[in-house]
Amino acid sequence: MFTAGIDMGSRSIKVVLIEELKVDGAPQLKYGVKKSHIMMPGDLDQDVAADKAYDEALAAAGLKREDVKVVFATGAGRKQVSFAAEGITEMTAGAKGANFMYPMARTVVDVGAEEGRGMKTDAEGRAIDFAGNEKCAAGAGSFAEAMSRALQMTLKEFGEASLKSDKSIPMNAQCTVFAESEVVSLIHSSTPKNDIAKAVLDAVASRVCAMVRRVGIEGEVVLIGGMVHNAGFVQSLKTAMGVDSVSLPDMPEYISALGCALIAAERQH
Amino acid sequence: MIANYGYKDGSGEYYISIDTDKCISCTAGRACLTACPKLMFETITDDYDDEVTWIKKPNCRTLAYDCADCKPSGGYTSLPCMTACTPGAIKHSW
Repeated sequence: MFTAGIDMGSRSIKVVLIEELKVDGAPQLKYGVKKSHIMMPGDLDQDVAADKAYDEALAAAGLKREDVKVVFATGAGRKQVSFAAEGITEMTAGAKGANFMYPMARTVVDVGAEEGRGMKTDAEGRAIDFAGNEKCAAGAGSFAEAMSRALQMTLKEFGEASLKSDKSIPMNAQCTVFAESEVVSLIHSSTPKNDIAKAVLDAVASRVCAMVRRVGIEGEVVLIGGMVHNAGFVQSLKTAMGVDSVSLPDMPEYISALGCALIAAERQH
Repeated sequence: MIANYGYKDGSGEYYISIDTDKCISCTAGRACLTACPKLMFETITDDYDDEVTWIKKPNCRTLAYDCADCKPSGGYTSLPCMTACTPGAIKHSW
């Protein structure tokens, strides 16, 4: 049996197809990932983009729509997935996916393009406590992206530059627009780019950390979402949270789609 | 589940926490829905198929302003939503 999870993010669409496994002698191994696929929707309508991303994923997996028993959707645009049987919140999907990858995970931090959130999960991967920031983009990936553009760097270069700095420059602005003004001021005062990159990522990390502290940091901490690819941010977050290690999945942007597909599969029993 | 709805900005941290475990078996007849002058609370079926209360999306971004009238400066000695919620599921962070 195949099920699909679609994460309609603000920046990209992630599709994960999973297959139910029956492995003799390993009853805990119930599901395996058949295919994961990401698509940047560009200027497509979200509902058209969802169809296109799903078709691309199916083609890559060598499957047809009728082969997939059920599709669940998550993410900011989950209501746009007309063919999804159910919509699942980002918190529930993220907690489930992170727990599947790291069964000992109890604190999940999800930082995507538009929003960051912190969750606490139980041993079954159920979200038992969560906090997000419904208003401010300054604790999310799009803020880091905007700031990297101001420094004329790619996001990868931005993260690497941050790791080369050992200075802590506080950014006082809480808003993306005002923070950009602060970055421009730092550029004009000839502050090295490495130090500015670290200041920006420290600021994002501190906003994310404030949300995570609302739910409490407990047990293994897993970081999911596209910002995991930014090594500088990961370092800043570890420092802000005061933890020695954070578990980082190989394909962090797919974890919510994976959780969604897992919930879809479990609901078929 | 403890659901924290709201945000943090330059002026402070504004979250309303709802303990949905207390919500599921509400003994107050969902009094929060009508107690809030801004009608911010809404009953939904959550991802685990439980009927719980949440804060309407648009209000999550304007809590500081929406709740201002019910704070002591607005003449209230206790918050109407918290008073109505006798199981004690609702908490304000500010």
